Amino acid sequence: MAKRVLLGAAAVLLVIAAAYASFFVAPEERTMGVLQRIFYFHVSCAWAGLTAFSIGFLANLLYVWKRKQKYDWLGVSCAEVGVAFTTVVLISGPIWAKPAWGIYWTWDARLTSTFILWLLYISYLLLRTLIEEPDRRSLLSALFGIFAFIDVPIVFGAIRWWRTQHPAPVIMGGPNSGLAAGMVPTFFFAVFAMHVFMWFLIAERYSLERMRSDVELLRQEAEAT
Amino acid sequence: MAWAAEPSIGLRFEKVDKRYGAVYALRNLTLAIAPGECLALAGRNGSGKTTLLRIACCLTRPTRGSLSFSGVAENQNPKAGFVAHATMVYDELTAEENLLFFAKLLGVANRRQRVDELLCEVGLGERKDSLVRTFSRGMRQRVAIARALLAAPGLLLFDEPAAGLDPEATIWLAGHLAKLRDSGRTMLISLHGQSEVARLATRAVRLDAGGVVADTRSGATFQSVFTFAGE
Amino acid sequence: MGLLSNAAALLGKEVRTEFRSRELLSTTMVFVLIVVVLFSFTFDPTTNESHRFGPGLLWLAFLFAASLMLQPCFLREQVNDTLSALRLAVSDPFAIFLAKIGANTLFLLLTELLMLPVFAALFNVSFRGELPGILLAFFLGSLGISVAGTALAAISAQARMRELLLPLLLLPLLAPILVASTEVTVSLMAPEPFMQWKGIGFLAVFDVVFLTALWLFGEYLLEE
Repeated sequence: MAKRVLLGAAAVLLVIAAAYASFFVAPEERTMGVLQRIFYFHVSCAWAGLTAFSIGFLANLLYVWKRKQKYDWLGVSCAEVGVAFTTVVLISGPIWAKPAWGIYWTWDARLTSTFILWLLYISYLLLRTLIEEPDRRSLLSALFGIFAFIDVPIVFGAIRWWRTQHPAPVIMGGPNSGLAAGMVPTFFFAVFAMHVFMWFLIAERYSLERMRSDVELLRQEAEAT
Repeated sequence: MAWAAEPSIGLRFEKVDKRYGAVYALRNLTLAIAPGECLALAGRNGSGKTTLLRIACCLTRPTRGSLSFSGVAENQNPKAGFVAHATMVYDELTAEENLLFFAKLLGVANRRQRVDELLCEVGLGERKDSLVRTFSRGMRQRVAIARALLAAPGLLLFDEPAAGLDPEATIWLAGHLAKLRDSGRTMLISLHGQSEVARLATRAVRLDAGGVVADTRSGATFQSVFTFAGE
Repeated sequence: MGLLSNAAALLGKEVRTEFRSRELLSTTMVFVLIVVVLFSFTFDPTTNESHRFGPGLLWLAFLFAASLMLQPCFLREQVNDTLSALRLAVSDPFAIFLAKIGANTLFLLLTELLMLPVFAALFNVSFRGELPGILLAFFLGSLGISVAGTALAAISAQARMRELLLPLLLLPLLAPILVASTEVTVSLMAPEPFMQWKGIGFLAVFDVVFLTALWLFGEYLLEE
């Protein structure tokens, strides 16, 4: 219990510190000014989301192989946390785009792929609600999770190729477009903070799922007698 | 010719659990079935009979415990013949087409000859070109039995085969099962209660709540095994 | 009986059954036609941009049609529990998938090839010289749709709301197919047609990746 509180406190403190760093430590960007600072938040959430989905993928594989419930709990926790971070990415993108470009959305390659990623994992979560029997639910959602994850690189690749055929404004340029030396420490600190926060959220969701599963088991046993 | 079988197969369930969520269909089930035995499985609905049969033909895997076979090569599926509640044949194909199709999948030698033989044996020779959709329950049962016998399996499993059959069809079924029993195959037949079919068995076992509660091999009488089964 | 011979026997049965009733093919084709016609209400197809937007709409129509056409794939095996009979009869459960993928790809391709001249007429595009390229794109695209669709049909058949669930699961997964197929088809229908090999590459990668995944995990999809 104490460990969880500690992790939670550390996560929150780190995120606050990263926010502070984004606003006051990182140098101001030349063309976009203050608006650019959302980038630290936007991109670190994107990376944390992808990390969550990757861990979820491993959990799915392990469930199919070992059939231990804990891997199912981990899988759904990672999917939910991943969706949460991805939602933040999809919202922070337009928040930046509106003042910068005057429009909310541009079907930019990364955002479009992220949208599809988001839809895939929303489908994963929906699938889980539509299968009643617990072991079937765990197995079938793990299998869909595997299919969804292996699709992700293909989605990102295909859409990026598509965008090169039909160029359009790119939201934020992204880290590849060259981060000024002064921004790098803040950027990686923000990424680190978001990952700790992600880890905390997954751990909390995992223990919630474990408790829910125990309650469900007890309820069914009580009903049987 | 239709009655010749592969060497008889024995089964051994060792502490088998089958769990669906928190519900145990089978719990700590231990049961050994000798080659050539004709075992009647009695029990109420929900006692685990169907689950046991589906594990025996390797359609379902136990959650815990093991099932082993004798008379089959190591790690090989005995390819049991299974006659379930559902007919497991295609309504939109004819009886003959269904059997030829499954015979092809199973790699049965001399397919056409074998299918013709079986159709005659089960009395469907004249209706072989009719779509299964047009068949009565009794006739569908016969197609299902023919399908189960295609590869002349050494293990036959029947899940409440007399369910839904009229008295005439039940008598036909009992006669047929008796012939199969006499050919030396191992047979497991799940039943609801005593009937002509139950009388064929060389041994009876009663399941309740996923476990064996009575066994004629351990001294129980046939009467007692079936008495509570009809509840 | 080996994997391929089992798959061939199963494929034969699927095709024979379908050609006897033709219900799947006819309903799918009419559906594609309806979608294409409805799409044309939303923009004027006779402008010279139709060769740029038309293929996208066509592939969308194929995708929607496929997500409906693939529903019965495993549902019809539930009617009399013939799926259990198949599982008992075949040596490798992947044969069941191979056969259904083959059948679904064939039905999709047939629909697409029959719709192609209709589409060309309605949208005033020409593709005559590029038929091999278009066939390749149609084949790889349909294969991808079938592979993913058959796998997901096995999943949705075991869930509630399956009629809505299959499109829900399938359409986001097939985004790369839609993108790549559309791009390739657009280039082949352009005034100066050319072949987008990179797009073909994406289609091929998708097909191979998902076929492999299904080969590795297929038996778990059919487990009880």
